[in-house]
Amino acid sequence: MLSIETYIIVSVIKTVIALFVLLTAVAYCVWLERKVVGHIQNRWGPTRVGPFGLLQPLADGMKFLFKEDLTPPHVYKPLYIAAPMLAVVFALTSIAVIPIGNWVTIGGVHTPLQITDVNIGLLVILGVTSLGVYGVALAGWSSNSKYSLLGGLRASAQMVSYEVSLGLSLIGVLIMAGSFSLREIVDAQGGTFWGFIPRWNLFHGQIVAFFIYLMAAYAETNRVPFDLPEAETELVAGYHTEYSAMKFAMFFMAEYANMITVACLASVLFLGGWKGLPFGPAWLQDLPVFWFVLKVFVFLFIYIWVRGTLPRFRYDQLMAFGWKFLLPLAIANLVITALIVAVRA
Amino acid sequence: MPQNYVPIFIFVALIGVLIPVTLLAAKLVRPDNPNKTKLMPYECGIDPVDHARGRYTVRFYIVAILFVVFDVETIFLFPWAVKFKALGVFGLIEILIFLVILIVGYIWIWKKGALEWV
Repeated sequence: MLSIETYIIVSVIKTVIALFVLLTAVAYCVWLERKVVGHIQNRWGPTRVGPFGLLQPLADGMKFLFKEDLTPPHVYKPLYIAAPMLAVVFALTSIAVIPIGNWVTIGGVHTPLQITDVNIGLLVILGVTSLGVYGVALAGWSSNSKYSLLGGLRASAQMVSYEVSLGLSLIGVLIMAGSFSLREIVDAQGGTFWGFIPRWNLFHGQIVAFFIYLMAAYAETNRVPFDLPEAETELVAGYHTEYSAMKFAMFFMAEYANMITVACLASVLFLGGWKGLPFGPAWLQDLPVFWFVLKVFVFLFIYIWVRGTLPRFRYDQLMAFGWKFLLPLAIANLVITALIVAVRA
Repeated sequence: MPQNYVPIFIFVALIGVLIPVTLLAAKLVRPDNPNKTKLMPYECGIDPVDHARGRYTVRFYIVAILFVVFDVETIFLFPWAVKFKALGVFGLIEILIFLVILIVGYIWIWKKGALEWV
């Protein structure tokens, strides 16, 4: 047990490191996306700034800082300024309970590889990420522009619709693990089937739930093929049409931070978190952070791949897909999981 | 343990400092010369007609109401799922009855056309 001072100091250090890593990851996620989508479309993507365009995120950041920031007179100013801040705060905060590895001892301090291990971690994440809809809705309304309003309304309706399926798809995982703590959910996924298939929830009866989660997560983060809130061809830029410079950058950061959260959550809930594959050299099995980052990277790569491949849904198709297909499928999945677990117990 | 929540607030406080500082730093270095055209609501170059706080379709309200119904349902299911093994068959049957009532409601709203986006 640590003394209070040590506990606070350790928390602050972990927070600073996590924030630094997260913001860098957000910046390079943008770089990765431009590069991968570029190659998918037979282009090079960014190449000018640094080797392979690796310094492009820095250049973008500087540009956001030095651009003129317009606050049009027709907006409702308090909410117009608060909205991007809300969006980015909620997007970044949800990372605080994600575990990236087991307990470690550094310099005599025994601490988990996550900012904090709360026993309702999953509820904290769901709660904080659902608050993210406020940033979008308030931005759309307070801008007092038609495109912004339409984008904000669409985004809010879409996010609340898919949140239901997202929540229901997690219930199967909760039945398997019997805990809200993300650490215990990962621990429940230890072991293998027949010695070579890892006992992750993805291979342990939750494959349908994984795909429901995947689709709902794409819709929650307003990404292709569900990017109707920002559909460039009809709404200019959706809810952030009237934003410029640093305030726009905050929506941008929020979007990518949400993508990273969703990827982290997917690897914790369905892909065994920091647990490695059950074969290969022993030293490779012993790198929890490596496995976690690899899983998150694969998930993000699929995100970008989908963006480079699929066209956009129509709005009525989007709503019908969420309410008439994903929702009944999620309920069916949870009932079947419950019945199978009950029969086997 | 309640002290486990403290780092979350440290995290929020840190972001809460970082973001206003970034905005203020940007304010110091960026140019600021607005004019009438720049400040117009963006409507692809056409002068805006009317203001934006008009009417919009009632469908969005229906979606919001449906969301409340189904999200509350999800919240009821969460504690049951976590205590699944302890509650056993009794809990399972009870939840199935709860779900049947809900699915009847779901079929009703489907038949009523609340899920159609016209």
